[in-house]
Amino acid sequence: MKKKTSQGTNAAVAVPYKKRSSLFKSLWNSRTLMLMCLPAIIFFIVFNYCPLPGIWIAFTNYNFRGGIFGSPFCGLDNFEFLINSGELWLLTRNTILYNLAFIVLGNIFQIVIALMLNEIRNKWFKKVSQTVMFLPYFISVVLIGAIAFNILNYDTGALNTLIRETGGDPLQIYSQAGIWPFIIFFCNMWQQTGYGSVVYFAAICGIDSSMVEAAEVDGATSWQRIRHIILPSLKGTFIILLLFALGGIMRGNFGLFWNLTGGVNSQLFETTDIIETFVYRTMTTQNNFSTSSAVGLYQSLFGFVLVMISNWVVKRIDPDYALF
Amino acid sequence: MNKNKIKLDPSTKLLKIISYAVVTLWSVICIFPFVLVISASFSTESIISREGFGLLPKGFTLSAYEWVFRYPKMILGSYGVTIAMTVLGTALGLFIIAMTGYALQRKDFPLRNVISFFIYFTTLFSAGMVPTYLWVSGTLGLKGSYLAVFLQLLMSPWLIVLMKNFAKSVPYEITESGKIDGAGDFRIFLSLIFPMLKPALATVGLFLALGYWNEWYQSSLYLGSSVTYKPLQYYLYGIINQANALKSSVAGANVTITDLPTNTLKMATAVVATGPIIFLYPFVQKYFISGITVGAVKG
Repeated sequence: MKKKTSQGTNAAVAVPYKKRSSLFKSLWNSRTLMLMCLPAIIFFIVFNYCPLPGIWIAFTNYNFRGGIFGSPFCGLDNFEFLINSGELWLLTRNTILYNLAFIVLGNIFQIVIALMLNEIRNKWFKKVSQTVMFLPYFISVVLIGAIAFNILNYDTGALNTLIRETGGDPLQIYSQAGIWPFIIFFCNMWQQTGYGSVVYFAAICGIDSSMVEAAEVDGATSWQRIRHIILPSLKGTFIILLLFALGGIMRGNFGLFWNLTGGVNSQLFETTDIIETFVYRTMTTQNNFSTSSAVGLYQSLFGFVLVMISNWVVKRIDPDYALF
Repeated sequence: MNKNKIKLDPSTKLLKIISYAVVTLWSVICIFPFVLVISASFSTESIISREGFGLLPKGFTLSAYEWVFRYPKMILGSYGVTIAMTVLGTALGLFIIAMTGYALQRKDFPLRNVISFFIYFTTLFSAGMVPTYLWVSGTLGLKGSYLAVFLQLLMSPWLIVLMKNFAKSVPYEITESGKIDGAGDFRIFLSLIFPMLKPALATVGLFLALGYWNEWYQSSLYLGSSVTYKPLQYYLYGIINQANALKSSVAGANVTITDLPTNTLKMATAVVATGPIIFLYPFVQKYFISGITVGAVKG
């Protein structure tokens, strides 16, 4: 009896000791792996963690002389100003609406193209069209700005050339805010569809082919095959991609918006200004660091909460896909 | 008769026709703007400013290209900067990313989850543009330095995750066999694993190279006008957006403004700045497509 107890206590003491020593040992044994991660760790410390204290600027009246921590503290004044001026609401609305359109309509269009690629049996045609559709993904947003200028500008734009030749009145596109959501949405689709449809096409190719063949033998039409086999098997991928995209709904494609609109064209702000373009413009052209970083902080916090929520939802649907 | 035993019903046939039509249409839409830009670049400026851009070159001429290369130092310098950054950045970034990705998927590495989260967290919450700008340009003193651009594009959490997923598919037995032979972890990575990651290296490398080649954002923040030779896309950005930049960049002092083919020069510069990546593209496309389809499944 006594022996047993003493043994028990011995074991209780011994286990943590042994555990710790084995932890040290395994850490020591993996020192090379740690060193291999070191460059990346240093990188993220220097470029992502070190700037974090600078968030303080959002609560100050920043001036260059005082610097980040020497400028006068002003509490939530910057945020109050943004809310009262209606700016924050406009930026949030634009950013979210654009992203919703990109995510939902963009993904649907990508799936449609992928389904159509799947119907095409001619190998040469399939390859060439994929190559061509992928091309826009490779070019810089600056070139997209150049293309838009080529087509849309008032004096020499290709669109206005066509309108003039057919006897119509040329359009002042760069001063009409109402058209821009369509232009930007189209440009985004133009650039992303090739990439997205290749991803979905791969998912379609990954569907168990015996199922598709069985359906064919049973005389299923293409429509039936798509409706009852392909779409249901894409549903999982689609929902999860969708949820993650929704987590990033506060982040915009800065380069695209900036280069398409010229960035400082105030006639278009109503419909084209998103958080990123506002932050960039406020900082670089007005040198207003406080307002700019207040909006940046708002975006980070809001985005953080959204990612957490979408990850939680994904986890409930399929834990395998959860990020953490 | 149909060669296939299964006869195509009308709806299947219809779907096929629609598919060919829509895919063809979208392909044309994808290629169309390129045609516009190229033909604009070969057009005569005076005709363009009178009639506007069209689908075909108006008054075929090479004059816009002559202007681009009239003072070749600027454009060639930009090429040099961009090529150097792309090559060095892709090579260095790729090596670090592969090393990290491999280490982070090793099941016997006790810190893998901690480090993974440490890296991943940066995508969840970031300081934002202003604090980052002040830190990099002020405290690190990289304002006006190519390093500010070069270093910040070196890696991203997303690429590390992509590489990690690839590395997972390399069987652990290979690492084990290296261990039995007495090789250290770095040696195992370098001589056994690295060569097996080829498709992953091609994919991630292409993302990195695209990032460097198409870079203009960091340049606009950190380089501004403080360097003589701007990275290529930022140079193009300047030409497209500012008539002033245009004048100073072609800058022989004795150029009268009216001589300058503003509109066609913009397009010619666009062609010159984009050209190489387009020519490279068909060769790397194969790797890219196979790469993103493996990586995109998760992450």
